[in-house]
Amino acid sequence: MSPDSTVAIGLLLPDVLGTYSDTGNATILAQRLRWRGIPAEIVTITARDTPPTSCAVYLLGGGEDTAQLFAADWLRRHPELRLAMEASAVTLAVCAGLQVLGQSMTDTRGKHYPGLELLDITTAPGRQRSVGEVISTCAIPGVGSLTGFENHRGITTLGPGTTALGRVVTGTGNGTTEPGTRQRGEGVLTERVIGTYLHGPVLARNPALADHILQKITGQSLAPLELPDQAALRATYL
Amino acid sequence: MVVRTSGVSPAALSPPGRRRLGWWTRAAVRAGLATAGLSRGLRFGAGSIIGGRVTLALDRQALRRLATGRRVVLVSGTNGKTTTSHLVAAAVRTAGPVAHNAGGSNMADGAVAALAEAPDAEYAVLEVDELHVAAVAQAVDPAVVVLLNLTRDQLDRATEVGAIASALGRALAQHPGTVVVANADDPMVVSAATAAPGATRTVWVAAGASWLGDATTCPRCGCTLTFTAFHWECECGLARPTPDWWIDGSKACSADAVLPLDIQLPGQVNVSNATMALAAAQAVGVPVDRAASALREVDVVAGRYAVVHRGSQDLRLLLAKNPAGWAGMSSMLSEPRPLLIIINAREADGRDTSWLWDVNFEQFTCRQVVASGERAADLGVRLSYAGLEHQTVPDPLAALATLPPGQVDVVANYTAFHQFRRRLGREQKVAR
Repeated sequence: MSPDSTVAIGLLLPDVLGTYSDTGNATILAQRLRWRGIPAEIVTITARDTPPTSCAVYLLGGGEDTAQLFAADWLRRHPELRLAMEASAVTLAVCAGLQVLGQSMTDTRGKHYPGLELLDITTAPGRQRSVGEVISTCAIPGVGSLTGFENHRGITTLGPGTTALGRVVTGTGNGTTEPGTRQRGEGVLTERVIGTYLHGPVLARNPALADHILQKITGQSLAPLELPDQAALRATYL
Repeated sequence: MVVRTSGVSPAALSPPGRRRLGWWTRAAVRAGLATAGLSRGLRFGAGSIIGGRVTLALDRQALRRLATGRRVVLVSGTNGKTTTSHLVAAAVRTAGPVAHNAGGSNMADGAVAALAEAPDAEYAVLEVDELHVAAVAQAVDPAVVVLLNLTRDQLDRATEVGAIASALGRALAQHPGTVVVANADDPMVVSAATAAPGATRTVWVAAGASWLGDATTCPRCGCTLTFTAFHWECECGLARPTPDWWIDGSKACSADAVLPLDIQLPGQVNVSNATMALAAAQAVGVPVDRAASALREVDVVAGRYAVVHRGSQDLRLLLAKNPAGWAGMSSMLSEPRPLLIIINAREADGRDTSWLWDVNFEQFTCRQVVASGERAADLGVRLSYAGLEHQTVPDPLAALATLPPGQVDVVANYTAFHQFRRRLGREQKVAR
């Protein structure tokens, strides 16, 4: 938390990775803090800005192919941000945002591009796009089922020792099995990074995941929030 | 027979090559029209899609054959296709009969139905889905293609916006004789329209862009675009072209003309659509002053912008189906009237409701709002996070009953809009 105890939510590159409305995740985190009386601000960090390193959480969203390579390059040019993501902040990265944090990405012509190398994952294109609803069982205790909408062509392979965010019940997810298991995985979970293919935005559909992130960054156990329509929304998809 | 009108430039009146439809195409057209009639009789819908499909199933070349000899204007883009095609059709109608897919059936089947229903029309104005421009253009060899804007819509069905722009560019390159009327303020459109430099003639219209959320990076190279008040450019060389038409308040201007538009359709976005329509009408030879007069007569477009009197309420019906559509509509929603929002997520809407999070619902805090439709819960959650107190009533007519008498703004996305209109049935339209 910043000195004045306002929680800074760093929205990274909404101008580049804003195609799938994942910027909504920032609104959701900020509002869920404010509703509990904790001041929060969204710090919008565009490609023209020098990223601050003091945010409690960083958010990355989905984007198109050229934009994704631009984003990977931009992230690599800001090593101080990478240090913050590694050491002090929590990062939620969605779709292209997840892929750029990995070791490398491969395009449809077979060319490899380096990622930020924050996660031990690699992504290559699959034979066809995976488009549709996904349900997974989240590996984080207490979060339960995750629902979201996937729209990607990436097949993401996790390195040994890397954990998936969830096990796929329906849909594609990573398109690979978790290392050492026969379970189909969705996303990535490390100590400080949550990566997923789920849009919706993912935190709108899965408030328990939002609160998991908030408890992690505030160090507080947060009171439950009852939002009208939330149960009906989850019932639509689960 | 085509009635020749005086005052129209000779280019517009080049006699249409007579369509000689073979007996099989004529039979296919008759079968399609009969199917459409049956569909209407059974109240399944307007029948244009099923009728067009029957004709195309019997004769795969039907679109090419039906279009032969006509001067065809295709209108495409993400938002404003239906409205702009109505405006273009009204303007071109001053020069002769027009075949027009007025109901918004905007794929090949809808185009076939529109042409089959107006076999003698010398002109055709066809709204075309941006993913179907290549196929329809190949069949009809258009005189003019209008490209309004390219933003995100139905990402689950379409590919990404950049890929659509590239595909449009390749399609236009196949038609060197076609005039392209393109929005100079939309980098995606400019990227598409300049993909075949020198091959096509382009009329640039500074039609504005109400939402640039999908165009902050260059569609060519992925770098960040630089925007100033009246210009945008990229270091790779892609830049806003010098416009041939621009807008000054409610006037459309070119090097030769300043035309007060005074259109009845609301909002700045429709001033833009009208200016695009003027440029398109001029490109097929309609004098601009005559075209401008015709635009003023258009008030309701396929039910949109209509005011429907129902019980004690006057409902203003608006259609918005993506963030750019909502942004373009904000000037029409500036009065703090009660607001009913109806959201579905069927195939024609896009199955993913994430786009609701890029709509600035925060602007409606001072209103009474009801969330409705098949995805009322998705909308309701979004409204809560926007800080809007609201009610959630999935059935739209039940939702109306929770709102007070008087004027109500109703904004719905695609299938929700059409469902709602059907349910309102024959309820009376009142003067605007």
